Amino acid sequence: MEFVHNVKADVTADIVYMMCPMHLLKLDEMIKELGRGQVLEVLTDYDGALEDIPQWCARTGNEFMGLDETEDFYKFYIRKTAKA
Amino acid sequence: MWTNPVPNKPGERGETMRTCYFDHAATNPLHPAVLETMMPYLKEEFGNALSVYDLGGKAREAIENARQEVASLINAKPSGIIFTSGGVEANNTALRGIALANQAKGKHIIVSKAEHHSILNSARFLEKSGFAVTYLPVDKYGLVDPGAVESAVSKETILISVTHASREIGTIEPLKEIAAIAKKNRIIFHTDAVSTTGNIPVDVNELGADLLSMTAHQFYGPKGVGALYVREGTRLVPLLYGGIQEGGRRAGTENVAAIAGMGKAAELARVEMAARMDHSVKLRNRLIEGVLKIPRVYLTGHPENRLPHHASFVVEYIEGEAMLLMLSMKGVYAASGSACSSKALKSSPVLMSLGIPSALAQGSIVFTLGRGNSDEDVDYFLGEFPAIIQRLREMSPFAKGWGEEGQGEKCYVGG
Repeated sequence: MEFVHNVKADVTADIVYMMCPMHLLKLDEMIKELGRGQVLEVLTDYDGALEDIPQWCARTGNEFMGLDETEDFYKFYIRKTAKA
Repeated sequence: MWTNPVPNKPGERGETMRTCYFDHAATNPLHPAVLETMMPYLKEEFGNALSVYDLGGKAREAIENARQEVASLINAKPSGIIFTSGGVEANNTALRGIALANQAKGKHIIVSKAEHHSILNSARFLEKSGFAVTYLPVDKYGLVDPGAVESAVSKETILISVTHASREIGTIEPLKEIAAIAKKNRIIFHTDAVSTTGNIPVDVNELGADLLSMTAHQFYGPKGVGALYVREGTRLVPLLYGGIQEGGRRAGTENVAAIAGMGKAAELARVEMAARMDHSVKLRNRLIEGVLKIPRVYLTGHPENRLPHHASFVVEYIEGEAMLLMLSMKGVYAASGSACSSKALKSSPVLMSLGIPSALAQGSIVFTLGRGNSDEDVDYFLGEFPAIIQRLREMSPFAKGWGEEGQGEKCYVGG
């Protein structure tokens, strides 16, 4: 797993404490808001996202840049590289 | 056309006896238009809102329309509305959800003593779980002092919760001032607006509420549905775990019919609010004026700054329950204190915190009016009530001073 720090995101989706699979639904929803090359930050406390988000990126053709950890939640960084 | 929600029934001698439902704080009858809105979702439109086919889509649409209406009623964004099973769940979600989500920042919570049991008992649960809770007193009118809120704030404080209005004494709390203190100290502010939403104007931005609880059956909607408003960007640990309903913040297949009903009730409340308030205030003022003519009866709560449909009293020398029983034999339905205390024959914590002596608090009685009540109802009640009090006092062992004093006072003043 790639760890990154101080990544500047264009858009943040705060879904801390929201239930699974909100992280995947939010990804589908938010990625549409971004232009190609822009970075999405997803804040979640859900451990399953550690597997799901990199897999989602591989499946949709977006770049998984890595994650950062705080005491309470993870920060995932995704760069929109897919066309759609 | 506004109609009597409870049909008149035969009296002791077979004559038609008037029925006066004066307990709208306990619950409201369903508005006929609300029932009409709900019916399709109890019949042919039975779909699960998460299903992808048409039937699911219809359910989803009904829920989102209702969310829009409920949001409009309190001037919020639709995305801030989480539907719940009612006011109790909204209050539990708010207190527990905010406390657990913010415990790393601090473990201190402030609530008032005039809160509903769903707040007080949630606060007690949090105390057992390691949080510290300050219970703010209220003055003789039931008002929370914003200065006391400010004094109670510490670096550890993460949440302040004060009710918008007490259902027992009708007093409307100075929320704007309290919210400003919360904001200044970066503390989340919640209000239990169950007794006000749909009854008086409620605007989350004007009040400065970060979270606000409400329930549909307090404004002619169905029971078993309510909502919690959560300001954008406020993290909340869910109370119920499961699926992704309500944006992943409240699991469970939605009660579509009830939610649709709440939406309709919210729309009607918004449109009819001024007329409903005007109607209630006129009846309420006549009722208060009439009741205070009876000796040794005192108004509880704030004389002016109170819910428009709310009249509450303490009657010396007799018990609330006895009055309720005798009134109900005359077809008048009222309450003594909160619905819960009333059932448990327990002195109301709200009345205790006003400084009313325990013996006097036993004589508590609450009348809450609604759209189905008329001038004739108030006349009928005022014709019956003095005789009931007199009869009960004649039987009362406490009525030593009976007959010595003249008129009832405007308001109970403690001490």
